[in-house]
Amino acid sequence: MAGKELKTILATDCGSTTTKAILIELTDQGYRLKTRGEAPTTVEAPFEDVTKGVLNAIMEVEELSGLTILDGDQIIHPMRDEKTGVDVYVSTSSAGGGLQMMVAGVVKAMTGESAERAALGAGSIVMDVLASNDGRLPHQKIERIRQLRPDMILLSGGIDGGTVSHVVELAEVLAAANPKPRLGQNYKLPVIYAGNTKAQKNIKETLGEITDLDLIENIRPVLEVENLGPARDKIHDLFMEHVMAQAPGYKKLMSWTDAPIMPTPGAVGSLIEMVAKQENISVVGVDIGGATTDIFSVFQGHFNRTVSANLGMSYSVCNVLAEATLENVLRWVPIDIDEGELTNRIGNKMIRPTTVPQSLEELIIEQAIAREALRLSFIQHKSFAVSLKGVQSQRTISDAFDQSGSGETLVDMMELDLLVGSGGVLSHAPRREQAMRMLIDAFVPEGITQLAVDSIFMMPQLGVMANIEHDDMAESARKAAVEVFEKDCLIRLGTCIAPAGKPKPGAVMLTAEFDLPGEGKKTFELKTGEIIVIPAPYEPIKAVLTPAKNMTMGKGRGEALVTEVYGGTVGLILDGRGRPFELSTERAQRIQNLNKWSKATNEYPDSELLGGA
Amino acid sequence: MAHSYTPGLKVLHETKVKKDRILPLKGEVVVKLNDQVTPDDIVARTHLPGNVQMMNVGNLLNIDPTDVEAVMLKPIGSKYAKGEIIAETKGFFGLFKSNVVAPIDCTCESVSAITGQVVLRDAPIPVEVDAYMRGTVAEVVPEEGVVIEADAVFIQGIFGIGGESRGELVVLAESREDELTADMIKPEHAGKVLVGGSFLSLNAYKKALEMKVAGIVVGGFNYYDLEEILGYTLGVAITGSEDLVTSLILTEGYGEIRMGSRTFDLLKLHHGKFTSINGATQIRAGVIRPEIVIPLNKEDLKGDAQAVKINEGIQAGSLVRVIRAPYFGRIGTVVSLPSALHKMESETMVRVAEIKIDDEVMTIPRANLEMVEID
Repeated sequence: MAGKELKTILATDCGSTTTKAILIELTDQGYRLKTRGEAPTTVEAPFEDVTKGVLNAIMEVEELSGLTILDGDQIIHPMRDEKTGVDVYVSTSSAGGGLQMMVAGVVKAMTGESAERAALGAGSIVMDVLASNDGRLPHQKIERIRQLRPDMILLSGGIDGGTVSHVVELAEVLAAANPKPRLGQNYKLPVIYAGNTKAQKNIKETLGEITDLDLIENIRPVLEVENLGPARDKIHDLFMEHVMAQAPGYKKLMSWTDAPIMPTPGAVGSLIEMVAKQENISVVGVDIGGATTDIFSVFQGHFNRTVSANLGMSYSVCNVLAEATLENVLRWVPIDIDEGELTNRIGNKMIRPTTVPQSLEELIIEQAIAREALRLSFIQHKSFAVSLKGVQSQRTISDAFDQSGSGETLVDMMELDLLVGSGGVLSHAPRREQAMRMLIDAFVPEGITQLAVDSIFMMPQLGVMANIEHDDMAESARKAAVEVFEKDCLIRLGTCIAPAGKPKPGAVMLTAEFDLPGEGKKTFELKTGEIIVIPAPYEPIKAVLTPAKNMTMGKGRGEALVTEVYGGTVGLILDGRGRPFELSTERAQRIQNLNKWSKATNEYPDSELLGGA
Repeated sequence: MAHSYTPGLKVLHETKVKKDRILPLKGEVVVKLNDQVTPDDIVARTHLPGNVQMMNVGNLLNIDPTDVEAVMLKPIGSKYAKGEIIAETKGFFGLFKSNVVAPIDCTCESVSAITGQVVLRDAPIPVEVDAYMRGTVAEVVPEEGVVIEADAVFIQGIFGIGGESRGELVVLAESREDELTADMIKPEHAGKVLVGGSFLSLNAYKKALEMKVAGIVVGGFNYYDLEEILGYTLGVAITGSEDLVTSLILTEGYGEIRMGSRTFDLLKLHHGKFTSINGATQIRAGVIRPEIVIPLNKEDLKGDAQAVKINEGIQAGSLVRVIRAPYFGRIGTVVSLPSALHKMESETMVRVAEIKIDDEVMTIPRANLEMVEID
């Protein structure tokens, strides 16, 4: 059945500090972003009602669009006429600290990891993973549960028909801890059981009375299969029913929306998953915020999400310093800075998180920190986005020489097609070249990788739109989400072309021929250690890329690759720094290189600070 | 008139301070409405359920989990003393018996026939909440706690470590520019709250710990020295649970920064008064800043306490502090708030304010300004 054609869609995202509203309209060119508005989130005192911030953000949209959307404290939907109301209203939320969960599994690397993947995929923060084999004594686990006070617990363990006692033992630990939820003292803690179906009766006996227990399909019915869908859906339901319903004003907000409110990262993840599926590409998405960095990836059709809970640019900026070390941050800085003073400055950013870099020096330092935060988050992501552990696969003689086995990372940088960045430090970088450089330096893409930034962080709203399940709206809303994502959400920076291998110093490592729009065929020779930027628009450009004998573009050493690439606001970047990429450990050489690359990419303004005018 | 919302710290010479003193679990409130309390008075108490120990009696006795309940010597809910036998097998004609003893004084909470686990719970842990500051019980929340109210000086710091503390306020620094050095801290400062000027070194803080000083209020401290005090690198500004004799409150930030004149003068004015402080800081959604509360005596009240105008924002004439390099820590007056976006040296396009600092007008991003909120 062809559903109703939606003309206007209003979507909000209630973040922990800002509530953002976007208005999407059906135009001659398909669905487009009409306007946006934002206002401070009002979950905390003195307002304690999230809808106030939502209404303020919508009022800004009203002013800018000329539409009448509000009737007092009500959103007019569906549309009354061309100028009054919207067809659909949806929302996401991460206010109040988002969804905080604990997960439990029998074996940490198997069911524990599957449970963690389900919870992260649903958009939650995983506070801890309990497992029978995590090395902690029962009383230590109990103390931990009590101390953390999660919003929800996902309990899994055992394959269907397998041993019962281990998972029941975990349930007994939960029962003994008798945890109280973080929000609202008068309701029972939601617990989802997604383990061995044979143990369901015992789990019910152990936890049925003291918790709000839901029994669902096993997350790992057999070792070879991970079944995360039902657990993710249940987490979303409970997020709405329990967690959100306790947060101030959410009951009202829930009554306004045409689809369930989704946790912000859950919505972003589902959008990225959808885009990867639709275009049959591998995607990495990153959102670097003030407190956390979220990374989403789709490789070989497998979706993964990780949250680096304490790697961010303001609230947790000092943690980046602690984890990355000052030395690693400073290796991206081409100027001399007193280390003591620098740590004090970064500390001051932590305690006054809303400030912005006024001087060029401050900007360079901030972007150096961002590189390290992104790099560390991606290392965490790579170690988590792995194939299922504990799976036995049949091996042939040829496999015997291949060391890969279960638990190998799925992230393959040569395979990566699209890298999308969002978050203030990337989206609001004064020059797009800076965003592109930060992404390349931190993620070190190999071969051909398109890069983009989400200009105003619209992905959450588009994600929730893509998840509307009403039969008559689903198709149209999904279409709108995809079209706006393509046309308005992403700012295409361009493509990074980086041959992999250890290049010889001074040698030509890549010969690249492009058929550039309006310019015709042009050939470039990329030497070791160089970066070349070729301005080119976001259009298909025919390319022949011939790497040197010891280098590869993904087809094999020295094998030429005939393909199509896309430019963007920055263009095509030929990165001759080799893969794996390492900065020189020799100070003068490192600074010289940083300045050379900065100049080549037009990263920073010419300034005395960087040895310029 | 143009104005802009800017965060600010409170420096109030007279205000009504209310403090919630709530138990972590329901319990008993031991004071009444309108009671006068002193900081050490207990206002509510309760018992937290004891810690839990789990013993797999099935494994320990090498019996089937379904048989565990039968070998327990007392029914579920019974108390055991440490070392007392809790379960014993029948053995072979009364010989070769094996048993399990209680590792702690405890109550048996449950026995599992599936895993063979026995859950033992420790004795309850008593918890008491004190009044924190001198004042009046303004509200009683039955079974949960009270709200204490006082007319007081109220000053917020930007960052602190250590939890609640209290003592006589002693202003040691001559001026707000002076560093509080180790040699200024003496044995007679034990249990007192000391006030310095611009800076406190790690050595001086260590001396304060040694002398059992109750707290220190100072302009700045080095971020990298925190690691030695805390034993870990402070990654996110969430503090308050550190077990430190001397709570530390920074009024300005990290580094050497002279204390705001308003703050310093107000503290100096109340030299010798009994003060309650709390170093707990949480810089997240729902921010908590460290605080200094000096309850005032009736004769000190001027009756000009004003309701603080929150969120009114800065406007021309407002007193503001710059909170990021290159002018970090400078205080000036807002001259104007141009509405157009302005391109900074970093090329960041931001909304700015023109600020007069020491007769010079500077253009500074509004986001890098903090309102000095005074009454």
